[in-house]
Amino acid sequence: MKKKHSKNLMIGAWLTGIMLALILVGFFWTPYDPETMDSTAKLSGVSLSHLMGCDNFGRDIFSRVLKGGGTTLLVALGTVGIGAACGVVLGAFTGYFGGVLDELLMRANDVLFAFPSILLALVFVTLIGSGTWNVIIALGIAFIPSFARIVRGEFIRCKNMDYVKSARLAGVGHLRIMFVHILPNTLPVLLSAILIGFNNAVLAEAGMSYLGIGVQPPQASLGRMLSEAQTYLFSAPGFALFPGIFLILLVLGFSLLGEGVKDMGRR
Amino acid sequence: MKTKAGKKVLLTLVCAALTIALSACSGGKADEASSQITIGIPQDVDSLDPHKAVAAGTDEVLFNVFEGLVKPDSEGNLNDAVAESHTISEDGKVYTFTLREGVKFHDGTAVTAQDVKYSLDRCADAGSGAPLVSAFSAIDSINVVDDKTVEIVLKEGDTDFLPYLTVAIIPESNQDPEGNPIGTGPYKFVSRTPQESIVLQKFDDYWGTPANIETVKLQIIANADTIVTSLNGGGVDMFARITQAQADQLSDQFDVLEGTMNLVQAMYLNNAKAPFDNEKVRQALCYAVDPQGIMDMISDGKGTQIGSSMFPAFGKYYMPELNDLYPTDIEKAKQLLAEAGYPDGFRFTLTVPSNYQQHVDTAQVIAEQLKQIGVTADIQLVEWESWLSDVYTDRNYEATVVGVDASSLTAAALLRRFTSDAPNNFINFKDPAYDEAFAAAQESTDDAEKTAHYKECETILAEDAANVYIQDLPSFVALNKKYGGYEFYPLYVQDFAKLYLVDEQANQ
Repeated sequence: MKKKHSKNLMIGAWLTGIMLALILVGFFWTPYDPETMDSTAKLSGVSLSHLMGCDNFGRDIFSRVLKGGGTTLLVALGTVGIGAACGVVLGAFTGYFGGVLDELLMRANDVLFAFPSILLALVFVTLIGSGTWNVIIALGIAFIPSFARIVRGEFIRCKNMDYVKSARLAGVGHLRIMFVHILPNTLPVLLSAILIGFNNAVLAEAGMSYLGIGVQPPQASLGRMLSEAQTYLFSAPGFALFPGIFLILLVLGFSLLGEGVKDMGRR
Repeated sequence: MKTKAGKKVLLTLVCAALTIALSACSGGKADEASSQITIGIPQDVDSLDPHKAVAAGTDEVLFNVFEGLVKPDSEGNLNDAVAESHTISEDGKVYTFTLREGVKFHDGTAVTAQDVKYSLDRCADAGSGAPLVSAFSAIDSINVVDDKTVEIVLKEGDTDFLPYLTVAIIPESNQDPEGNPIGTGPYKFVSRTPQESIVLQKFDDYWGTPANIETVKLQIIANADTIVTSLNGGGVDMFARITQAQADQLSDQFDVLEGTMNLVQAMYLNNAKAPFDNEKVRQALCYAVDPQGIMDMISDGKGTQIGSSMFPAFGKYYMPELNDLYPTDIEKAKQLLAEAGYPDGFRFTLTVPSNYQQHVDTAQVIAEQLKQIGVTADIQLVEWESWLSDVYTDRNYEATVVGVDASSLTAAALLRRFTSDAPNNFINFKDPAYDEAFAAAQESTDDAEKTAHYKECETILAEDAANVYIQDLPSFVALNKKYGGYEFYPLYVQDFAKLYLVDEQANQ
């Protein structure tokens, strides 16, 4: 048993590490400018000069995958950032204090939860317009309920524990108890929720860009590339395959890492 | 639990990545007696009332349901339709139409002179002062001479008025032209499911050559990415105006026919919004954008370059020399920008309807070309409905890439919209010299003089750099090999009546 746990963690960590390293490189350097067009290289296949071939505008797919991975990851980071920050505060207060406020907020939470987060994000984007930043905000808001719920559960579990009681007896303030004493104890659960949230955010961004309401052209994102590649599935399969594989590996890495962290917390 | 859901999403996405997109297989089996064709169209019609519809995509559908006194054919001639013959007085003031015997509306009633007067009056809308067809403001009166004769009297002589009389003739008795469209065309309207489909059925009492195929189903495919899969999957038999890339992907059950789209594709600029209110800025953009480069990129060089709001199918008015007015010259463009006060370029939003792949592709190439002069175009994809309301109607945009077609076979159909107070002047173009030249063209009864004035209009549009003109797009039509008979028109219409089942034809 023990061995299997560490395997998840190991593979996840390695995979995520490699993908992040690639994306990081992409932020500073790509073999070609990801937006420069070249009509002579349109839909050319895999070659030494273009590792993954070129798209319908003769843009280097490898460069675009690196850049697009960056965009997708940025959206995921922003989304999880907003979702986790708001979710933690909301969950901490409602879980710790309980009462009417808890009831109200959690019922509101349930209402939000009843809609799939991608649908919520779709509605937000229709209201505030598309584009990278708007997508981050929209997805971020849509991600709040799941974080709030997880954190609230943990706070309810912890708030009657002995160390909290003794802290309270010692006259420690509520805020300090919440964020200095309880929060660290929720970390294993929170961390794995964040990693899984990453996963979902990456997929949500890809899904929205794929539908054409996320990242706007000519900017690259993995979902955007998949959507553009759709017309060329048969004439240039690499155009869809490489961003697809990149996306799968990225998500798989986070997924395994999240699983590993969860197992670690259980032990 | 969480991971399971995650994996499910993952799996779904893998599928999406490989796009084994099985589009809905809705093509019913057609037996010999009830032949059917499913035709894909990129957007829903904006109105079923032929006098109120504005979108070109609507005209091409309604062309099959409604007819005017005259009707264009695929050569660009105007033939008598609801009318049997017509005469135009010497001074071009009085148009007299004799109605054809035995023309029936889809509800079975015969077309009367009164219906003709009603239809034309409705378009002229003399009461409110805002005619549905702006050219009809030139009409002084419409008189019913007798049961079979209608006379149209113009305020000023205009020998070029006939093409406007293609406006639909509808029955006066119909109380609900929007919900229950009744015309005289070869197909009658059966049903419409908004955003989904429109069904037309052959009209058996049609006065002319009847249609070959019994039922035409127009399937709305708003997502450009699914066109190829819908065609190859067998759900759709025909799709007009597909891109080169889409044509390349079709299976061998399809014929790909090539023609021109007969529209003016341009980056239309809102002339009332800074910085596009500055002529030098507009000219700089013209120098920076390379139409040939765009054509090479998106359609392997196919397409015809244009330099003003006129496409080559209008041989008489088309001015190829305007194509050379702005040769691609980055230095000159930068210099003009500097003179205009934008030495470091600027940023603007380029709004593009997402259902037209050609325009989306063109916009991307333009954005790339403009980078050379430091101008950043932020592309914003919008749904067709939002484009119509925000860009076309409300004129709340900076720049857009679309194609504008001619609704009738006249130069005025393309040029009238740029007069200062034209209701459809969506680029807010204002130039007194242009208004003057256009008015002169309208008033002139001499054909050569008229043509000269129209050419003057085109030249002004080009010299003022009203828009960044690009091309008349090549048109590829995918047609399942089971069918034949597709004809290209010099207008933005599609004639479903000429289509036939290949087997059926062979059996006869």
